[in-house]
Amino acid sequence: MTDLATYNFAYLDEQTKRMIRRAILKAIAIPGYQVPFASREMPMPYGWGTGGVQVTASIIGPEDVLKVIDQGADDTTNAVSIRAFFQKVANVAVTTHTKDATIIQTRHRIPEQKLAEGQILVYQVPIPEPLRFLEPRETETRKMHALEEYGLMHVKLYEDIAHNGRISKTYAYPVKVAGRYVMDPSPTPKFDNPKMHLSEALQLFGAGREKRIYAVPPYTEVVSLDFEDYPFEIQKFEQPCALCGAEGVYLDEVVLDDKGGRMFVCSDTDHCEERREHGHAGAMLAPSKEAAE
Amino acid sequence: MYVAVKGGEAAINNAHELLADRRRGDRSLPSVTIGQIIEQLGLAVDRVMAEASLYDRALAALAVRQSRGDLIEAIFLLRAYRTTLPRFGASVPLDTATMKVERRISATYKDLPGGQLLGPTFDYTHRLLDPSLLTDEPVDEPKRKDASDERIMRVSDILAHEGLIEPDGEFPADHLAGDLTREPMEFPMSRDLRLQALARGDEGFLLALGYSTQRGYGRNHPFVGEIRIGEVEVEMEVAELGFAVSLGRIRVTECQMVNQFKGSSKAPPQFTRGYGLVFGQSERKAMSMSLVDRALRAEELGEDITAPAQDEEFVISHSDNVQATGFVEHLKLPHYVDFQAELALVRKMRADIEAARNSGKDLQEAAE
Ligand SMILES: [Zn+2]
Repeated sequence: MTDLATYNFAYLDEQTKRMIRRAILKAIAIPGYQVPFASREMPMPYGWGTGGVQVTASIIGPEDVLKVIDQGADDTTNAVSIRAFFQKVANVAVTTHTKDATIIQTRHRIPEQKLAEGQILVYQVPIPEPLRFLEPRETETRKMHALEEYGLMHVKLYEDIAHNGRISKTYAYPVKVAGRYVMDPSPTPKFDNPKMHLSEALQLFGAGREKRIYAVPPYTEVVSLDFEDYPFEIQKFEQPCALCGAEGVYLDEVVLDDKGGRMFVCSDTDHCEERREHGHAGAMLAPSKEAAE
Repeated sequence: MYVAVKGGEAAINNAHELLADRRRGDRSLPSVTIGQIIEQLGLAVDRVMAEASLYDRALAALAVRQSRGDLIEAIFLLRAYRTTLPRFGASVPLDTATMKVERRISATYKDLPGGQLLGPTFDYTHRLLDPSLLTDEPVDEPKRKDASDERIMRVSDILAHEGLIEPDGEFPADHLAGDLTREPMEFPMSRDLRLQALARGDEGFLLALGYSTQRGYGRNHPFVGEIRIGEVEVEMEVAELGFAVSLGRIRVTECQMVNQFKGSSKAPPQFTRGYGLVFGQSERKAMSMSLVDRALRAEELGEDITAPAQDEEFVISHSDNVQATGFVEHLKLPHYVDFQAELALVRKMRADIEAARNSGKDLQEAAE
């Protein structure tokens, strides 16, 4: 009872890592296909990133530099907690800079800065099955994937247009990978979908509770589902980031008071900080900047 | 201000400190010991061992203490430890007929070889709060029977003599016991894996499902053939030795539910069985498990699948409380990126409706 806490490098035993690596290799070989794997019980709760953590633990080495984000930010509590976990069990270098990281584990966002060859983006996935909300049974949805029977998904999107005049899916927007499998991009906003397409980085998806791993290899086609007359569109924001002035990035709405006061700031905190370091300033930070010019 | 909406390392550390403080509580009171938890909250310890699938009283008691008595949290702690342990192999099947029985009752026979043994049960207590437990009154030693090696035959064996009940069922000789903590789960499941899932399934969930079968949602006419609680030997084949060696004894609760069955195209009229086996003393769990096990055999026995308790994918996918609590509670993690997307959509849709209403007004005004 006294020698409870002796764990292997990156927590998982080597046999488990091998099993997960085999699943990852299979996932890379069949882009977008959900590979069942014997997900382990992790020391953090299911639904809190156990899939992503297992994937990261299986691929990380002592030389890696790890970045962990949740909602685009490095300092959200669960990102802090997962980063601290890997510092403790793998003693790896960590960073908040997207460009310095070799592995980026994420929940709900893809960094704004374009990822490069050699980087790996690990997504935490709650429900890996894009057809789940149309058909709750795994036995059925696996059949539908096998037969490439995606009519139901198109009907759902079409019904959306008929009812709402637009496809009302704003996040976890389904994509087709390498022209074959329909895949759930995890609950990232659809704003991030185009970043997956032909990405130079390897993208790995881990769903711990649902015991699935899937992947998008580098330079793979990732197409958001749409219709010719209702093409896929991403969210647009009416104003730039209030802190760094960035446009064409995803923004968080921050409530300032109880009188409807709001500001919009970068969801990607590293991107925002880097821009500010380079002298960019948004309306909130630099009232004097325009005057000076 | 903007920074304040984000959490951070300091906040997490402070929360952990506060948690440790609350766990200890009033420092003027003595701290509860692991031994006290094992001895005096033994059924809580049993539940944690059962649903964590790890038979270790001291570690389960440690988990109960660490979790401040939140048993699902304790189960989670013990499971997260269990997952790091190496697997040496599988034991040979427990022979519960050789159990050192502490409690054994049958609802199907008035008397039977080995007799009815009530054991340490709440069953016939009157549920009146006992003021003597407010203080530490001395407790009398219980009456004990002399230890004997008497083998107490199982009720299922009595019925089997007449051929009235289905046999235990056989796996092919090369069948390896499944391990759902080491292999990805797939449906339909074999019965060994299904029973494994039920054995670690949430007691409350299985209780409710078992109850639902009694109320007509997948009724299967159950009788408690037998419940027995006691210690059994765990043995393991060691390849180099060529025979099974004992690893020790564990306390288990076994329930054999006997179910009326009119027969179907797949099986003759006979009694069928639902099976429950749980670490420690937990009759409620073992009984619920056997009701649900029997309900989940609907397809195998050619019965119509009409109720939730008969639906394997539904039951097994939702029976694990560590998975369930994690996913339900993950809703408290930040979701503001997705919420922002939904917020923008709802605003846009409202603006569209407003615009449509205004242009409708314009048309109406033009027509007037
Ligand atoms: Zn910014």
